[in-house]
Amino acid sequence: MALLEIAGVSKSFGGVAANVDISFEVAEGEILGLIGPNGAGKTSLFNSIAGEVTPDSGEIRLDGIRVSGLGPVECAARGIARTFQVVRSFDSMTVLENVMVGAFARTAHAREAMREATETLDFCGLRGRADRPAWSLSPPEKRRLEVARALATHPRVLLLDEMLTGLTPTEAQEGVQLVRDVQRRGITIIMVEHVMEIVLPLVSRAVVLNLGRVLTIGQPAEIVRNPEVIRAYLGDRYAAA
Amino acid sequence: MDNFILARRRRELMVAGALLVVAVVVPRFIADVTTLNVIILSLLFAGLAQAWNILGGYCGQISLGHALYFGIGAYVSTLLYVHAGLPPSAGIFLGGVVGGIAALLVGWPCFRLSGHYYAIATVVVGEIGYLLFLNWDYVGGATGVYIPIAKPSLLNLQFGKDKLPYLYLVLAFAAATWIAAWLIEGSRWGYAWRAVKDDVVAARSLGVNIFSSKMAAAAISGFFTGLGGAIYGLYVGYIDPDSVMAGHFSILIALPAVLGGVGTLWGPILGAALLIPVKELSSSYLGGSGRGVDLMLYGAMIVVVALAQPQGLVLLFRRRAHGPA
Amino acid sequence: MTLETLLQVAAGGLLMGLIYALVAAGLSLIFGLMDVVNFAHGELMMLAMYAVFVIWDATGLDPLWQLPVVAGLLFLTGMAIYRGLIARALSVPFNRGMVQIFVTFGLAIFIRGAAQFVWGGEFRAVNHTWLSDRSLNLGGVFLPLPQLAASAVCLAAFAGLLAISRTEFGRALEATREDRDAVALIGIDRDRIFAMGWGLGAGAVGIAGVMLAGFYYVGPNVGASFALIAYVTVALGGFGSMAGALVAGVLIGEVEAFTAVVLEPSLKQIGVFAVYLLVLMFRPRGLFGKL
Repeated sequence: MALLEIAGVSKSFGGVAANVDISFEVAEGEILGLIGPNGAGKTSLFNSIAGEVTPDSGEIRLDGIRVSGLGPVECAARGIARTFQVVRSFDSMTVLENVMVGAFARTAHAREAMREATETLDFCGLRGRADRPAWSLSPPEKRRLEVARALATHPRVLLLDEMLTGLTPTEAQEGVQLVRDVQRRGITIIMVEHVMEIVLPLVSRAVVLNLGRVLTIGQPAEIVRNPEVIRAYLGDRYAAA
Repeated sequence: MDNFILARRRRELMVAGALLVVAVVVPRFIADVTTLNVIILSLLFAGLAQAWNILGGYCGQISLGHALYFGIGAYVSTLLYVHAGLPPSAGIFLGGVVGGIAALLVGWPCFRLSGHYYAIATVVVGEIGYLLFLNWDYVGGATGVYIPIAKPSLLNLQFGKDKLPYLYLVLAFAAATWIAAWLIEGSRWGYAWRAVKDDVVAARSLGVNIFSSKMAAAAISGFFTGLGGAIYGLYVGYIDPDSVMAGHFSILIALPAVLGGVGTLWGPILGAALLIPVKELSSSYLGGSGRGVDLMLYGAMIVVVALAQPQGLVLLFRRRAHGPA
Repeated sequence: MTLETLLQVAAGGLLMGLIYALVAAGLSLIFGLMDVVNFAHGELMMLAMYAVFVIWDATGLDPLWQLPVVAGLLFLTGMAIYRGLIARALSVPFNRGMVQIFVTFGLAIFIRGAAQFVWGGEFRAVNHTWLSDRSLNLGGVFLPLPQLAASAVCLAAFAGLLAISRTEFGRALEATREDRDAVALIGIDRDRIFAMGWGLGAGAVGIAGVMLAGFYYVGPNVGASFALIAYVTVALGGFGSMAGALVAGVLIGEVEAFTAVVLEPSLKQIGVFAVYLLVLMFRPRGLFGKL
């Protein structure tokens, strides 16, 4: 059985359909890409999976148990963690303290949370930044901080929202390495990316969304050859050419 | 395991211990009643501002209605003494408990509101409380209640004309609020509350329950504010809605924390140490003329400090600025 | 309650409500533009009332004729406050929300102290205006002329604000409200717009103050009581919404008038506050609020 099932999820905001009847499954340990042009409904679907919004219809199941509609706090408790497209760091706290907020999801003891957070920072390559205020980090460091914070909650599924977008090639390469390391820990990953070239080498499968619907699901090699995908991304002109 | 957080917390405890020793010893050599009075009020407001800081500074909920919990604490303790003969040494804690419950009752509807809507709702709730007490005969209405003078004793928390015991009482109060804040800073709650203040969406994505975080902060904040109100009532010996529930108390409770530095351990103490002496001394030396110079000075000081040190005076004591450039 | 009393109370509530609405409109305008709640708003009204008193005392000029002068003075005062304090408060790197609350609050205390310094603590009143002690009899319902004139002027001022929003400047205002950073790119001077916004907001409350001075005493604390009602009005109508301020102002005037009659005058504000909290339970952003 798949770890995460998205079953017929639809969601609209003020009459505008963001997601229409979306269904796919995510296997345990897999890295799944969620791609599509701007406005395809990727972030909206992410918000549904993370519990931030409740789908109008359809459900999302983790291990066969419905999690949609339970709210973000319960989803986090059940092992769904996420990062944000626009970085949301806790700017009145240090880097270590930021990650401790995540670690407190699994323990009530400050020492335990501190140990967990320190280890996670190590894993994410932010050890040297532990005592810095979160606001002072560079943009790629802030993205790592978000990953560390989410990892500290001991998730089963990690949702990465455009984690690699806007980075220099070197930074992106380091980000890719971090994602692979996370996967090696046995954590299932869903990545939203706008730019296909970044994400396709990394994922085992990709779901392509367009105008709120699933355009196609498949392995990276199939996706890049799919004329519909090319049309969605580049417009009819290029598909015909 | 050792790291910068634990080291910082140890340092804070040591500074607090040293300050406590100073605060216990120095007043023994002060005989001047006016000076003692200013110290007592400064300590009281250091504690009250710390209580406010727990909700407003750490959890980020800017309450402008804390006079309600302050007044409720004063009334509960006083009325239990006057009507039921309960000794104030127990009564002040009940005053705190009812203050905490009141904060929960206010929080339950108001925490759904955000930003300015929350702030103004707390002003309104405070004002409703003031008007109700003003028109409620059982609690003395506008006439207020006198606390009957009893033989000086620890049980009654009355010490006649001797100021020093009152000073130690409010010192204990201020120290208790500081310790509460220190414990909160190091606990799961403290982390959750600061996360709620900084970014609600990120906080809940990490499993932080926003509503119960705010409610817990409100309960503790309300408890200490009520406790402080009860102690204040004992100290002045007479309470009426204007002296313990008027809206300007809400501001006076919040102001030291804001000027000293919100969400910090030392901000409320620092703010109170500056604000209360300036306010008291200017109103006794300049306010007597009735010409408003004390208000002008007080107002100007608030403006200048808020603009010059937006993070609060605590920054003066730090080597490196903590905040986005 | 007879129908006549009912109408009398309703009319009184409406007349007062329109003044609340105009006071709130100034506050709402400033908030909508830059997310700043001006806690010295009531004190600006107080200044306008004192200005009326001083001019009347010195020259005998009727408050009605003073209207443009005092409104202009308040406009300049508002701009000066923006340039001198608010612009600075907006540029602090941290705690911007708290800094602006306490800067305007400190300003309020300062103005109150200054008023006490200059005019003393006692109440002053502008007696014997052109309109005083006259009223309009509308089938048994008496409408005092000072109040009637005040609400007429308030309605006109609202219409004026609406007209301004249709001009070039109004569109710049609207654009600045929608996207503060983008407007700089299309050549709008944000600082100038903000200063004008403060001028307009202060001017609006100044007009309310002038009209109020025709039938209400003035003292250093008169602003505080009106300001509280104004904050409630703005929150009830929805921060930033002009229509909200108008509807909420009238609603609050009516609730206040009827609570005073049905319960007792000393409880009139409780009725207002209760209605406000009730509405906010169902509409957390006020009746018309989007912000």
